[in-house]
Amino acid sequence: MKLLTHNMLTSHVKGVIKGYPLLIKATEVKVNEVEFNPQFVSRMIPKLEWSALVQAAEELGQRQDLPSDLVPDYETNEEFLKKVHRVLLEVEVVEGCLQCPESGREFPISRGIPNMLLNEDEV
Amino acid sequence: MAATNSRSCLQYLIHLAHDHLDFRLPEIKALLSLRGKPFTPSENFKEKCPFWCLEGLSEEDVCSVMARSVCAKSAFELWGHGQTHSELRTSLLNYPMENMTPFMRKDSTYRINVYTFNKTLEFADRIKRIDALDYLPFEGTVSLKSPQHVFCLLEDYGTDPNNIPEHPDYIYFGRWIADGQRELIRSHSVKNRHFIGNTSMEAGLSFIMTNHAKVKENDLVFDPFVGTGSLLVACSQFGAYVCGTDIDYNTIHGKGRSSRKNQKWRGVDENIRANLRQYGTEKMYLDVMVSDASKPVWRRTAVFDAIITDPPYGIRESTRRTGSNKDMTKPCDGDYAESHVPVSQEYHLSDIFSDLLNFSAHHLVMGGRLVYWLPVYRPEYCEEMVPLHPCLRLISNCEQTLSSHTSRRLITMEKVKEPELPNSRILDPMPACTGQKIWKQLG
Repeated sequence: MKLLTHNMLTSHVKGVIKGYPLLIKATEVKVNEVEFNPQFVSRMIPKLEWSALVQAAEELGQRQDLPSDLVPDYETNEEFLKKVHRVLLEVEVVEGCLQCPESGREFPISRGIPNMLLNEDEV
Repeated sequence: MAATNSRSCLQYLIHLAHDHLDFRLPEIKALLSLRGKPFTPSENFKEKCPFWCLEGLSEEDVCSVMARSVCAKSAFELWGHGQTHSELRTSLLNYPMENMTPFMRKDSTYRINVYTFNKTLEFADRIKRIDALDYLPFEGTVSLKSPQHVFCLLEDYGTDPNNIPEHPDYIYFGRWIADGQRELIRSHSVKNRHFIGNTSMEAGLSFIMTNHAKVKENDLVFDPFVGTGSLLVACSQFGAYVCGTDIDYNTIHGKGRSSRKNQKWRGVDENIRANLRQYGTEKMYLDVMVSDASKPVWRRTAVFDAIITDPPYGIRESTRRTGSNKDMTKPCDGDYAESHVPVSQEYHLSDIFSDLLNFSAHHLVMGGRLVYWLPVYRPEYCEEMVPLHPCLRLISNCEQTLSSHTSRRLITMEKVKEPELPNSRILDPMPACTGQKIWKQLG
């Protein structure tokens, strides 16, 4: 699971009001090399909840020097975009789980794939 | 007349493949729309004919369309046309000389092709036709192997293979600009793909869906019923970053029984990510997840540029959702085709589509498109059965017949309005409504 995806996911457990962001408990993390595409990263930045991204990168020990706030004029700041690219697309949670911040319910991640299915009684 | 003026009145001839006829116009329109250009056919436009003449375009527009289209075979700068060779000649002699001469220079090479639709021509007849064009001011040398300029004489002998006329109905002559992407149909054929399933979408239709959805480079695309990822493969080919969900754990993980004829179980390299790797687009792979599409997992402000999907019909794969007893076991194809669709299945199916439209209204960018297949029981089909939503505009509805009683329709919708916020839980999507009539009242 990549952090771009994680940034958009929320807990949908019945009755939960503040299910975002999901906490990440990773037992295996991989960092792959993915071709840097500055246009794509620039396009995605406005879609992100920035603090949730920083928090997730922190949880995985992959934050490095990602700033707490968005840099102004990021579209032309290649160095900044490369940092964002790395945490969005290169860092992957292979094994672990996502946890609802309110209910504590865990959604397992195995072979990089989160399982978000709820049981009948949670729906 | 100044050269620039005459070039802006140029007409382009698109030669289309005689396949998926209903799907062609929406594809070309969508691709022109990506260029901000309208579809402007010349007079006497016939949609079912394999030759379309378009106006108001630049050569770059045409090249862009051809770089994406799987419905179009080739595009030409139209120099002349007519119902007879005599009319063609008159038309060609009226074509501005200054538009011809750049491609006829003494130091250049060229060749002339002859193409006949719905008729086979003997080699000798082809040569005769080429020779008959000697009134054109060609000054260069003929090169059959690698000419700098290619010209084409195209003859249309109608669309009835049982009634081929002696003389063509219509004739065109033009300078070849570009070929379409029909080669992708072969190169991305499901036959050679590492990971397939019973319902993997054929390559041609996958690319047509991508084009109907106006997917462009650096888009973010989502498939809520991703299966084996055929649609993601097509979207990634055109530069989109892709993600998907499916309720079936085994399919998402690439486990379980293989759909290949002589293979029992799926191998290690059989999953969606491996499919993208096979075609060199792994870098466009975001994620797939096991998830129930009727219970979306996305935060309210998460938006996609396009949602492209082939929902389960209840025929080859059962329709399922968590927390429901209404599991449909699939009837065998023969039964479904002959019998009336059972009421409980209809209810179930309409939930899928109302949920899908509702989800799209919330999770598409403004102007983003939803493209999906709607299964149809033909004897009872009417236009009112196509689901509507007040935030989505219906763009096209193309039928692919599956049997005498069943077909599926490729529906394209575009988001034109933001949904009104629910007054309570900001992180929940709006509750899905069921039934056609509610949407029509709201709309």
